[in-house]
Amino acid sequence: MSEVLLIQGASIEGGDRADILIEDGRIAEVGTGLSRAGARVIDADGLVALRGLVDLHVHLREPGYEASETIATGTRAAAAGGFGAVFAMPNTHPVADTAGVVEQELALGEAAGYATVQPIGAVTVGQKGEALAEIGAMARSRARVRVFSDDGFCVSDPLLMRRALEYVKSFGGVIAQHAQDPRLTEGAQMNEGPVSSELGLAGWPAVAEESIIARDVLLAEHVGSRLHVCHLSTAGSVDIIRWAKKRGIQVTAEVTPHHLLLTDELARGYDARFKVNPPLRSEEDVLAVRDGLADGTIDIVATDHAPHPAEAKSTEWAAAANGMVGLESALRIVHQTMVEEGPFGWGDVARVMSAAPARIGGLDAHGTPLEAGRPAEIALYDPSAGGEFTVSDLRGRSVNSPYLGRTLPGSVRWTIHRGYATLADGELVDLEEAAR
Amino acid sequence: MRTRTVLHEADITRALTRIAHEILESNRGPDGLVLLGIPTRGVPLAERLASLIERFSGEHVATGQLDVTMYRDDLAHHPTRSPRPTSIPDGGIDGRVVVLVDDVLFSGRSIRAALDALGDLGRPAAVRLAILVDRGHRELPIRPDFVGKNLPSARSERVNVTLTEIDGVDQVTIAGEGE
Amino acid sequence: MRHLLDTRTLSRDDAIRILDVAEDMADTQGREVKKLPTLRGRTVVNLFFEDSTRTRISFEAAAKRLSADVINFSAKGSSVSKGESLQDTAQTLQAMGADAVVIRHGASGAPRTLATSGWIDAGVVNAGDGTHEHPTQALLDAFTMRRRRYGSASRGRDLAGFRVAIVGDILHSRVARSNVWLLSALGAEVTLVAPPTLVPQDVSQWPARVRFDLDEAIAEGPDAIMMLRIQTERMSGSFFPSEREYARLWGLDPVRFAALSGDTIVMHPGPMNRGLEICAEAADSPRATVREQVASGVSVRMAVLYLLLAGERAGTDTKESR
Repeated sequence: MSEVLLIQGASIEGGDRADILIEDGRIAEVGTGLSRAGARVIDADGLVALRGLVDLHVHLREPGYEASETIATGTRAAAAGGFGAVFAMPNTHPVADTAGVVEQELALGEAAGYATVQPIGAVTVGQKGEALAEIGAMARSRARVRVFSDDGFCVSDPLLMRRALEYVKSFGGVIAQHAQDPRLTEGAQMNEGPVSSELGLAGWPAVAEESIIARDVLLAEHVGSRLHVCHLSTAGSVDIIRWAKKRGIQVTAEVTPHHLLLTDELARGYDARFKVNPPLRSEEDVLAVRDGLADGTIDIVATDHAPHPAEAKSTEWAAAANGMVGLESALRIVHQTMVEEGPFGWGDVARVMSAAPARIGGLDAHGTPLEAGRPAEIALYDPSAGGEFTVSDLRGRSVNSPYLGRTLPGSVRWTIHRGYATLADGELVDLEEAAR
Repeated sequence: MRTRTVLHEADITRALTRIAHEILESNRGPDGLVLLGIPTRGVPLAERLASLIERFSGEHVATGQLDVTMYRDDLAHHPTRSPRPTSIPDGGIDGRVVVLVDDVLFSGRSIRAALDALGDLGRPAAVRLAILVDRGHRELPIRPDFVGKNLPSARSERVNVTLTEIDGVDQVTIAGEGE
Repeated sequence: MRHLLDTRTLSRDDAIRILDVAEDMADTQGREVKKLPTLRGRTVVNLFFEDSTRTRISFEAAAKRLSADVINFSAKGSSVSKGESLQDTAQTLQAMGADAVVIRHGASGAPRTLATSGWIDAGVVNAGDGTHEHPTQALLDAFTMRRRRYGSASRGRDLAGFRVAIVGDILHSRVARSNVWLLSALGAEVTLVAPPTLVPQDVSQWPARVRFDLDEAIAEGPDAIMMLRIQTERMSGSFFPSEREYARLWGLDPVRFAALSGDTIVMHPGPMNRGLEICAEAADSPRATVREQVASGVSVRMAVLYLLLAGERAGTDTKESR
């Protein structure tokens, strides 16, 4: 695709307005009063230009669970949310624990063309927590895997976690832990607290997350390796990360948009749209993770986009699957919770949703500043738009969103990936047709 | 809405006095009588009739109340009704003459329900019906044995009975549609 | 009343109304002809995903005494055990013309999911969902307590000032939860007694006190002591070390039974583990209400079915807010 794009009058990360000229996949020039014959002009008056978003935690379900989502449909949802890159978690079928599977995922992402799909490799074979997967092979494959996770499951055996942390040092990899002590959360359905006591749903106590994080930061310190904490959700976890960073431990942490906004009170109607792992927590936890994101203790926002078919959600709570889709709503949630209701400017949003995740995951071509010479990965966002979030805002295959019916601010208008538009004026671009 | 009073306190007293005499006459005395009031206002009426009959005959008359809510055929057309208690006097109703007492007789469906309820409680020798006001418009072949007042009425009119024991005043009124 | 899903949202007035109608139902059960024609032509489906002969029979008797047609749908041996979803099961019942569905399910919240889903028009009665609630059990317990206290003058009365101790596995007990909400709505004072492992982690907002010492609780002189069944499977979750230790510390043994004041009634939702949570002496004494609880169960369930089905039905609503 070799279209020349000229974005006019966008506020660069919330700052001064400027024009951005895009050619051959790169930003050719940033300035005022730019023009170019034959360029497709994008009127960005009133829009904020952000670095294309990068999501370090997404479930694309392919191979194996294509009824919920495919790499094609998932990356379409990503483009609709302003994302140019997503990291695909390995709990597929077969599990992404070999070079073959991760290369297949990479190829499917390239073929679809809506966003860079960077596979995450499993830590253990089949994610069973027993033996290390062929981490080295995945790292050296065409997929160049650097992030490894058993997400969905905790690497709970301390010895195995130690070995994994040590092993990835050889190529600058990072272990991303889903912190959940399995013994403390057997049969757990929702956050343990006053609401779970009343509803008769087995509790998932905060300490089951915190005790694993505490152990893992000490292990990371001991072996001198990098640790990343997935979907951090409790006040106690924020305290532990803060302590660890002060000590100089190489740990990074992510928070999901839903944990920035929603609480366990939503479980009261037994509506399984609100069932997720880790579960929605208390009001105190929501405030603490917002503070943690604001002061840098939590490094990034990652959606944990988890599509499920309707029958897995419109059923009794105990039988329902865990998870929410989140790619299309993420930027709007961060806008509401951290910009409107918090101390963030758009530069901070760019840091936590683009620059930092790209750096943690090792993607050089993403999260870079909006400057001449850089890859053209851009999202144009209208902060003054907004309205009720409905099914028509969802672009993936599944509709299990907790925000349906809720009023959210803002609207993603354009997404530019590798120099071409994947989302144009709020509508997905049909890339097959555009290629002809 | 125009309301007029058709029975005042004295009229009600006279009517009940006459009915008490008629019951004694048709039963040839007080023996074997059981008066069952249909809640709500049939109950105080039954009690008044019983004490009148006692005054005239010198004999005590068994009284009770018979709630018909559970036997009605029109429950689904109204908001849920709470049942009232049913109390049958000692000695039951088998072989006795039951006099059902109610304030207004209209379609006859309450009385049909009362007959079904009686059937589940025992086998009376006979069942009679005493009514304070008969306003016509029967939908079933039910007729009263003892009537306080015949009150021809339009279907759309509302006949309202108030009694001292429940409402503080004895009165029967009829209200027509807006004029 | 469109559904009866819990006692948590049952107001004092609605609760007293149910208990008063149950008094009327109980009166009819003393007659020779126990049947009433009130729900003739209505269909009540017992949808039991968990085994429970006693509760199911009680609901069946209640429905039949009101002349309703009863269909028993047991999950075992049906397509449900082969993995048919709650939604498909519900839509089958709708097609069969169910007017009321009495549901017992292992998952907390399943009755609410059924009631708010829009899959069925029928009224839903919760006959026990997971560890959440068992509202008709609490209602029959309250009915029994009220009758023991006020006898034939029970109508219209609540349980103000009545002191109840509930002893046993509170954490996993839907009977305990339903009783806490209903008893406090009726003005009673509730004390929960259990080992700390069997009390939910945060009950600070419950209208009840918690005690770990049964002897202390008995010394406070409750008007009623309700013993909950201990499931011996709980030992594998390390909730208590052995049956012997549980019985010693939290069982109503003969010594504790003797320490109860003369009027205290002994209650148990059944089935009882004689010798574990309750001794035979207590279970068979005239102060035990176990058999009355069973009889009241039919009257209370008749009242619930009557209030759900007899009057005008409100329009189908979906996604009721709490």
